[in-house]
Amino acid sequence: MGGLDFSLIDWKEIATAILDTLKMLGASAIFTFILGLPLGIILYLASRSSSRRVNSVYVVLSFVVNILRSVPFIILIVAMIPITREIVGVSFGVLGTIPPLVVGAAPFFARLVETSLSEVDRGVIEAAEGMGASTQQIILRVLLPEARPGLFAAMTITIITLVSYTAMSGQVGGGGLGDLAIRYGYFRYEKEVMIIAVVLIVILVQFLQMAGDRLVRHFTRK
Amino acid sequence: MIELKQLTKNYGKGTHMTTALSGLNLSVEKGEIFGVIGHSGAGKSTLIRCINLLERPTSGEVWVGGVDLTSLSTKSLQAERRKIGMIFQHFNLLSSATVYDNIAFPLRLIHTSKSDIEQKVNELLALVGLEEHSDKYPAQLSGGQKQRVGIARALASEPEVLLCDEATSALDPQTTDSILKLLLDINKRFELTIVLITHEMHVIQRICDRVAVIHAGGIVEHGAVTDVFLKPKHPVTRDFIRGELDNSEIIREAMNVSSPISSRVMKVTFLGSKTYESILSKIVRETGVDFAILQGTISTIKDTPYGQLIVRFEGNPDDIVITKDRLIQQGLEVEVMG
Repeated sequence: MGGLDFSLIDWKEIATAILDTLKMLGASAIFTFILGLPLGIILYLASRSSSRRVNSVYVVLSFVVNILRSVPFIILIVAMIPITREIVGVSFGVLGTIPPLVVGAAPFFARLVETSLSEVDRGVIEAAEGMGASTQQIILRVLLPEARPGLFAAMTITIITLVSYTAMSGQVGGGGLGDLAIRYGYFRYEKEVMIIAVVLIVILVQFLQMAGDRLVRHFTRK
Repeated sequence: MIELKQLTKNYGKGTHMTTALSGLNLSVEKGEIFGVIGHSGAGKSTLIRCINLLERPTSGEVWVGGVDLTSLSTKSLQAERRKIGMIFQHFNLLSSATVYDNIAFPLRLIHTSKSDIEQKVNELLALVGLEEHSDKYPAQLSGGQKQRVGIARALASEPEVLLCDEATSALDPQTTDSILKLLLDINKRFELTIVLITHEMHVIQRICDRVAVIHAGGIVEHGAVTDVFLKPKHPVTRDFIRGELDNSEIIREAMNVSSPISSRVMKVTFLGSKTYESILSKIVRETGVDFAILQGTISTIKDTPYGQLIVRFEGNPDDIVITKDRLIQQGLEVEVMG
């Protein structure tokens, strides 16, 4: 690998890229969780309802979630441009990437939430029902606390998926480490910047995974 | 206290329909411990879950404390359910909450003040003997301790009825015994009506006042435990008791023993204080009949002592008849077996 020269690197640009990645990640993660958690709870409740009408809600919702999950993210970004413009005013830059990131990740997160909730012991829910708990109380006092380790694991997986999504957001001039890697490494043959950007992304993912595992372990009581 | 009227529960529809309960009637008095015994699949689990409507019957009425639960709105049903505690075979505790928080759970549902919760939970911890385990999580407890938490939690809302769904089936014999003792204790202390389902006759024998035998979705026999236990009528009941008092083998063998003089084999049942009296020896001394005890049990059903002896009387046939009559006169139950 002769010819690598790290002395010419513009560290300021890298710092900006790191900051942009963190901004995209933070904002999109927050909105993904805010939208995905209730959606996951609704999916869980609807799938278990004995009412036919609620079951059909589940079928529709589940279908929409599957569609959103199967659209490749890169296409979602482009397809969403008009909607993105409606929501945040621009369709480029850090701000412009957040709506597609959220729309891409929230259905994914919702599915993971649904799975975590369905792993909660049926007997415990029944015991709470027997004690006169309302549906709301069951959600807040039984389902969410009991599923907590699973929910943290779901958040970790989702946020790491978001890291790879943010790398694609360069397509709308989103910036960030992924964008940097492609711009320098692919278009300008400056391998050094690309290598540094990739290493930083790997470190970020490692850190997120470790932090997530730690939370999961902390709340596991079984 | 509890009245089940024409309770029917079907699962599935059309050709896939199975009937768990078919037109079952049952009534439980206030303050008693009522046992329901049956094999798995007999419908006992569905039955107990219908009492607090965890399982909604296909038809029929469920009256608890003078209210027909099947007629209530969701909200009023939730309120009525607070008067019915329940414990489970697999305990069903919140794994993410400490012992303290598990017991406080039903109180927090009704927004009890923090100080009231603390007082109540500490009382209950003392009642079930788990004061030192208050901050532990269920995974750190033994099965018996988990069930004690379950009992404390069920009692937190001061229910009038406690439902026990195979509450001791997952526990070893010693732990079962201590849990049954605890149930008996709270039944007396709070005049709590207890309904329990089990497939173990010794659980019924130990703490129940009355028992119902459930088979194929219906009650085939019910009554005071002493009656049902000592004089079972239905084959299913006999089946359950056979494990405890098996005498068919012994009688068959006894019949084969040839005796020079005439003999009869009889089952003599003592109940209550008579169990400890010397009735049998006094009577045979008077009638001059000899006897051999082929098999016998002296034990208690809840607080009632009982004895059941399989006895072969030998002697003059007339004297044997007189012996039998005297035993009956003394208030014993005698059944000629051969």
